Amino acid sequence: MNASQAPIIDVQQLKKSYGDQVAVDGLDLRVQPGECVALLGPNGAGKTTTLEILQGMKAASGGTVRVLGREWATSANELRPLIGVQLQETHFYEKMTVEETVRLFRSFYPGGLTVDSAIGDVSLEEKRNAQIRTLSGGQKQRLSLAVALVGDPQLVFLDEPTTGLDPQSRHALWDVVRGLHSRGRTVLLTTHYMEEAEQLCDRIVFVDRGRVVAEGTPAELIARLAGAVVVEFEAWPEVALEQVTALAGVENARTTNGRVRLEVRELHRTLPALLDLVRGAGAELRLLETRKATLDDVFLTLTGRHLQENQETPKP
Amino acid sequence: MSVARWRAMQQLLLFRLRSVIREPSALFWTFVFPILTSVALGIAFQDPGTTQIKVALAPGPGEVQLAQRLASPPLSVERSEVEQAYKDLEIGLVSAVVVPGEHYTQLVLNPTQSDTPLVRCLTRGALEKSPTAPATLQIQERLQASNGARYIDFLIPGLIGFGLLSFSLWGMGFSLVQMRIGKLLRRLLASPVRRGDVLFSFLLARMVLAPVEVGLLALFGHYLFKVPIRGSWVTLLGFGLLAAFCFAGLSLLTFSRAQNAESAGGLGNLVQMPMLILSGVFFSSSHFPRWLKPVIDLLPLTAVNDGLRAIMATGAGFTALLPAILLLSAWSVGSFALALYWFRWE
Repeated sequence: MNASQAPIIDVQQLKKSYGDQVAVDGLDLRVQPGECVALLGPNGAGKTTTLEILQGMKAASGGTVRVLGREWATSANELRPLIGVQLQETHFYEKMTVEETVRLFRSFYPGGLTVDSAIGDVSLEEKRNAQIRTLSGGQKQRLSLAVALVGDPQLVFLDEPTTGLDPQSRHALWDVVRGLHSRGRTVLLTTHYMEEAEQLCDRIVFVDRGRVVAEGTPAELIARLAGAVVVEFEAWPEVALEQVTALAGVENARTTNGRVRLEVRELHRTLPALLDLVRGAGAELRLLETRKATLDDVFLTLTGRHLQENQETPKP
Repeated sequence: MSVARWRAMQQLLLFRLRSVIREPSALFWTFVFPILTSVALGIAFQDPGTTQIKVALAPGPGEVQLAQRLASPPLSVERSEVEQAYKDLEIGLVSAVVVPGEHYTQLVLNPTQSDTPLVRCLTRGALEKSPTAPATLQIQERLQASNGARYIDFLIPGLIGFGLLSFSLWGMGFSLVQMRIGKLLRRLLASPVRRGDVLFSFLLARMVLAPVEVGLLALFGHYLFKVPIRGSWVTLLGFGLLAAFCFAGLSLLTFSRAQNAESAGGLGNLVQMPMLILSGVFFSSSHFPRWLKPVIDLLPLTAVNDGLRAIMATGAGFTALLPAILLLSAWSVGSFALALYWFRWE
């Protein structure tokens, strides 16, 4: 990252509230040219609202927002052709074909890709003459990406690009986004899937309750945890948490519904000690899992919440 | 308009036209339904021929005797006020009007009715058969100003006007609400397209389709029911364009903030129902009390229906249509400007 370069996105102390409800509460964000940055957080964290303000679709209640060195209030007409937008959900007209839809949006931009190359970039060549109603969910998302790219924008916003897609479609879409990134475009995306952020982005910004709680590369974020390995177990009868915390190599322990989750520095020391403890207490081990710490573990440690908990909770 | 902007407008227009042409149900409601309605009503209200000839008798000296004389089959008498009688004569509800006077009795006929010579002969015969016949019986023939004579001649222009309104509200308006629900309007807003151009493309698409709607129904009425088209086709189609433009603006305004299909349905009916009843689609608006007339005359559908009738029945041209054209232009500009101001994109 070159610090002397002007950031493509520069947000300071962004605030947005709807009546009493605070959606964004003093968020800071800088994105450099060519970066792919993910806003990662659970539903309702304020990711979409932040994106909408950056896209010039909503006005901020407070703070400063500069996109491509300009402000929306004074430069909306200059900014629009320079950004590409994929909304969380767009129902294009079902009976238009892929090509007709891309051509419609292409006509709004002074310059940009040819219709063919926009369709090619998202690998929809085979569907170019198909009506949109015949497309799968993943193909519709790729069309929506083609529409976002057709003006050849300097900055692309993707709002939860793969929510609701099956794994195969998700991977196909990831390939498209990787292609974008490798061609040097700046991408800001929101997601509540940690793999998505890890797979696609150079830098991850954790957002919770309208604020940034941490940011860095996936490796930097995971390194924030004292232990790099996570052990989860369930024992019956339950073992006291203090006893578990006192075990060798345990950095952090918490229990939810009888399942104990430990952050561990040295697995080879902790695991035998844990087994001894369970055996000594006369308890039965019902579940035992060890794994490398994930971004979700980091988020949980920072906020006490999972990235994907309460997925059904409606957005504010 | 710059080349780039025109290209965008062209694409937007194509988008709107595709959304009509690719919806078979929209095509049905726009083109087939009005024709079916006119067939059904045209048959139901077909000219009953000579079996019964209605003569309206206005109040005046000696009206009781005149009524007795006229009541000889196939004639039948209807007592009504002069003005109402003339209106009924215009649209063919009665075949002749008799107005008693001190010195002579007036017989008013409508030469656009096909059986005028027979009516004249029968009515005169009935009036003169009495020994106390008036010294002079003046027969005055009048070209009634605005309408054809039969019900179907009245109905077809009304259906054309109503069809233009109805498709603007339900075809175009609903697709607008769908675009809002599906966030397509919002997606358009996130692109550099001008907001006004998006809304204007809706109006343009209506103007492209309007001549087809007007022409089809007019030709249909002309060939099947011999509805006269006395004015020029250019005037008829041009006036239809203006009407479609005006109703499209009205539709944009009506649905400028509707968030779901339910509220859109209510709003559409709120706009459509009063005009369907008051603006003379299926029956003449002269049936409403006089105090309502200023309101009725301001409704755009009244101007459209009266204008279409004037073009078809009496061959009215630009000058005669000028008041209607001005009223419709005012409605168009007013509703488009308000819609642009109020419009909710998400």
